[in-house]
Amino acid sequence: MAVTAASGIRAVASRAHRQEFVAKLLLRSASIFVVVAMGALLLYLATEGTKLFTVDHVSPFQFLFSPVFDPDGRKPGSLVFIIGSLSITLFAIVIGGPFGIAVGVFLAELAPRRFVNMMKPAIEVLVGIPSVVYGWIGLTLLVPLIRTLTGSNGFGLMAAAIVLSVMILPTVITLSEDALKAVPDALREGSLAMGATRWQTIWRVLIPAAGSGLGVAVILGIARAIGETLAVQLVIGNASVLPTGLLSATAALPTEIVIDMAGAQQGSLLEHALFSMAFLLLLIAMLLILAVRFVMRRRT
Amino acid sequence: MPKTARIAALFLVGALVAPLAALADNSITAAGSTALLPLVKEAAEQYQAKHPDVKIAVSGGGSGTGINQVAQKAIDLGDSDIVATGHPELVDHRVAVTGFAVIAHPGVGVTNLTKKQLQDIFSGKVASWKEVGGADVRVTVINRPRNSGTRAVFTKTVMGDVPLSAAGLTEDATGSVVTTVKSTPGAVSYAAFSGTRGQGLTELSIDGVAPTDDNVTSGKYPVWSYEHMFTNGPPGPDISRFLAFITSNSDLVHKAGYILLRDMKVTETDR
Repeated sequence: MAVTAASGIRAVASRAHRQEFVAKLLLRSASIFVVVAMGALLLYLATEGTKLFTVDHVSPFQFLFSPVFDPDGRKPGSLVFIIGSLSITLFAIVIGGPFGIAVGVFLAELAPRRFVNMMKPAIEVLVGIPSVVYGWIGLTLLVPLIRTLTGSNGFGLMAAAIVLSVMILPTVITLSEDALKAVPDALREGSLAMGATRWQTIWRVLIPAAGSGLGVAVILGIARAIGETLAVQLVIGNASVLPTGLLSATAALPTEIVIDMAGAQQGSLLEHALFSMAFLLLLIAMLLILAVRFVMRRRT
Repeated sequence: MPKTARIAALFLVGALVAPLAALADNSITAAGSTALLPLVKEAAEQYQAKHPDVKIAVSGGGSGTGINQVAQKAIDLGDSDIVATGHPELVDHRVAVTGFAVIAHPGVGVTNLTKKQLQDIFSGKVASWKEVGGADVRVTVINRPRNSGTRAVFTKTVMGDVPLSAAGLTEDATGSVVTTVKSTPGAVSYAAFSGTRGQGLTELSIDGVAPTDDNVTSGKYPVWSYEHMFTNGPPGPDISRFLAFITSNSDLVHKAGYILLRDMKVTETDR
């Protein structure tokens, strides 16, 4: 009896042991696979993205700062797309940033419970809408509106900035609300106890206290805006010239890649230039992630 | 067998069997020129009705895309408005001829322009239609992407050495060009006959020559090209039959808005 009980226990123990081993192995393999895949992607973009400089002997200075994009003439200056991307992102965050933070503040501090419960699903729906739908609505509603209001052809920076600001709103709202909710109640209570009004509390105590969280919200909004391709491509006009004003048609890094990528001959200068633009986008994304970590670390 | 091993085995078998299913059917994939797209789509529909065992998948993407993908053997037929230079492995099958019209928004107020005026408009020198005898509306040039066969034909036959304005808007495909010109006052662009006919747009005459089929076959209207369907190497029997179906079916070609090869009274070697 004692023998079977002991061997029974040993059998159970060794099966549990095996299951644990298999589980750990699967999880570890999955993680290693993801790391390897990401590393391979980075390596691929880095090698293809530098071919413009190593194989075609184009100077990085010309690539980054020349406004003339003429791949047939061996002049792949991407300044137009860099400025285009930065402009639409800047305007989108100028519109969407304060707006999103304001809504986040409202939801976290001032809105009644019922309103918050109604707004939450609405914001989630906004996140779920595919970008092609945003672009389509921009093309069919926003572009003609800008055309009638301003007399230009409707495509350009303004249309792209407005579409983008709507797209980054949910990100900024949700993260701002989280940032404010994370501020300890002690600060709120202390401020109110000292005789401050609700608005003074929000403006002078809570928002500064949530500063790093709000900074993260803005940076991630920027990250979303810089990478957005399809919605921007439908309304920005895709003209390879530097924007002269809010109403001029221009192009951005992702939109230029998507327009010329499929037809670029393998091994051509155009293909290498597009890869360099993709690599540049990757570097910008990594920079933004570093910025997020930096901002978050300053939170004590 | 323990449960986890059983599940893993099932997945493995599934993963091995699934690709085999794809080898079974005879399917033809065609992609590329959006100027040729209406003809290939219509031909595919009629052919599949006659031969239900063959599946034909047709998409756009531009002439450059078509050539690239067939060169990489990703598709069977690469549709293009231009010849494939630098690809000696591709076999050229001409299926039709298409003319390209210079289209403008109906409100521009002109119906005929000289080649020089067109060059000035498309290179960005002309800011308002007033300068060429039209209405007081700002000129908005709409181009196609660099890989577009339509753009290549237009550049070769109209622009010559004059560069297209980089400040023009860019639209992906024949269809989106037509839509944008229709809705944007002052817009002007170029697109294949099959996409522009009956759309309510102004089709401009060049040096007094209207963009009609007759003017193309006689050689008076310069903006035309052969429509090519490239195969990587000699085509297999399925593809040959499909290509023969298109070239022998004059009704299909005419109804779709193209010109029969044999109607052409002039020939060109570099299109």
